[in-house]
Amino acid sequence: MTASFLFLIIVGIFVAIAASYLGSFMVLRRMSLVGDALSHVALPGMAIAISLNVSPILGALVFLLIAAIIIWYIGETSEVYPETLVGILFTSSLALGILLTKEPDLLEALFGNIEKIGYVEGIAAILLSIFAVITTYLISKGLTIAIISEEMAKSAGYKIKWINLIYLLLVSLIVALGVKFVGTLLTGALVIIPPASAKNISNGIKGYVVLSAFFALVSSLTGILIARILAIETGPAVVLVSVAIFLLTYLYNRIRP
Amino acid sequence: MDDLLLSVKNLNVVLNDHLVLDDLSFDLKKGDSLAIIGPNGAGKSVLLRALLGFLPFEGKVNWKKGIKIGYVPQRLSVDKDMPLTTYEFFSLKEGNREKILNSLSSVGFDVKNDSSNFIKHVFTNRLGALSGGELQRVLIAWALIDSPSVLLFDEPTSGVDISSEETIYHLLHSLQEKHRLTMVLISHELQVVYKYASTVMCLNKEKVCFGPPLEVLDRETLQTLYGKDVGFYKHSHTQKL
Repeated sequence: MTASFLFLIIVGIFVAIAASYLGSFMVLRRMSLVGDALSHVALPGMAIAISLNVSPILGALVFLLIAAIIIWYIGETSEVYPETLVGILFTSSLALGILLTKEPDLLEALFGNIEKIGYVEGIAAILLSIFAVITTYLISKGLTIAIISEEMAKSAGYKIKWINLIYLLLVSLIVALGVKFVGTLLTGALVIIPPASAKNISNGIKGYVVLSAFFALVSSLTGILIARILAIETGPAVVLVSVAIFLLTYLYNRIRP
Repeated sequence: MDDLLLSVKNLNVVLNDHLVLDDLSFDLKKGDSLAIIGPNGAGKSVLLRALLGFLPFEGKVNWKKGIKIGYVPQRLSVDKDMPLTTYEFFSLKEGNREKILNSLSSVGFDVKNDSSNFIKHVFTNRLGALSGGELQRVLIAWALIDSPSVLLFDEPTSGVDISSEETIYHLLHSLQEKHRLTMVLISHELQVVYKYASTVMCLNKEKVCFGPPLEVLDRETLQTLYGKDVGFYKHSHTQKL
């Protein structure tokens, strides 16, 4: 195992754990598909960044942050969450992104390529993952109470409006990192599947969060190794390992007394 | 006036182009227990939510500076598969386990008795696994744990079985007696209003009556409020509206 490969594994694990930690709140808030749809917005951002010769992650990040603010604004100002509108917004940006991205780059943008992550990008990804986890931890009490009842959280003094905005901005940051790792189409899986697996078998929230981070770690480590050994794409391998874990936890939940 | 906790002046709430609350003014003093009654759609919950600042409104809602408000929402349902235990739910607000147990004991849970299986069935179990009555009592304990000076209560006993209902009202009564806790509660049950409220507000978009229940709740007022003959007499303790 070369040093650079080991480095890639570490980057992958950090990004996956951060994604699962943020995702654990997303799953409980029943916003799973927002994370998925959000990742599609990355594509036109990456295409424009590539044509301007700047880092695709940067392009993805700018577009994602704007999208997060739009989702937040829609969520705060309308009574009913307009899922359809969000769906239209995001599929249209996927379509636009596919047209804008040059064909050689398209596959990589859609499915990611962790091998192409350089040292600078990799270290930035690790630091940003740590930043996202710490910041989410700081707002986690308010986030959790708001899942039970947003109004109870407000009455307990939490500024839920701003907590929601911070949370969505962190999600877009993590999605931008995930896009490089597993691609725009599969980033949603990184955010949703490990928490969904953990939810199958945990009683309390501590166990849930710890288990989802653990599942994220196992899936990214095993997935990257399997991809290397079988010479297949990394992103799909990581996602399929986490799906396998999900199936096991689902079965365990069904058969346990 | 130190005793004035809340002063509401000319409160108007418009939701989706409909006037839901029309020019409400009233005061709330320390130790008051204000019951809000009125037919469905009268704006009772909207009033509570406006008082808490959850809704845009016109007019003035002035709480005493630095006041701590507890709020128990109406008919909260927690997903059965939400991975959060009752203990963890309290930990989000209070770190001391003893204090949490004390506050659960004050809402009628038998925390000391091992045979009640309290720890297994309530404390370390998922919040979503509690029955309606248990959840309601847990929410009250949660709202009270950091000793608020006023408690806002949206239909404390909706969706709760009879025995829990009694426990809850008994609890409210003792909170008033012992702690002089100020309360605003929405209720559908007039006998509860007679028994526990010091002041009643009849609400139907606008203030129809306001004052001590025995003085202001007469047949005429109730008819104006609910329409037609409500078939209710002051001495009835069984009939519900």
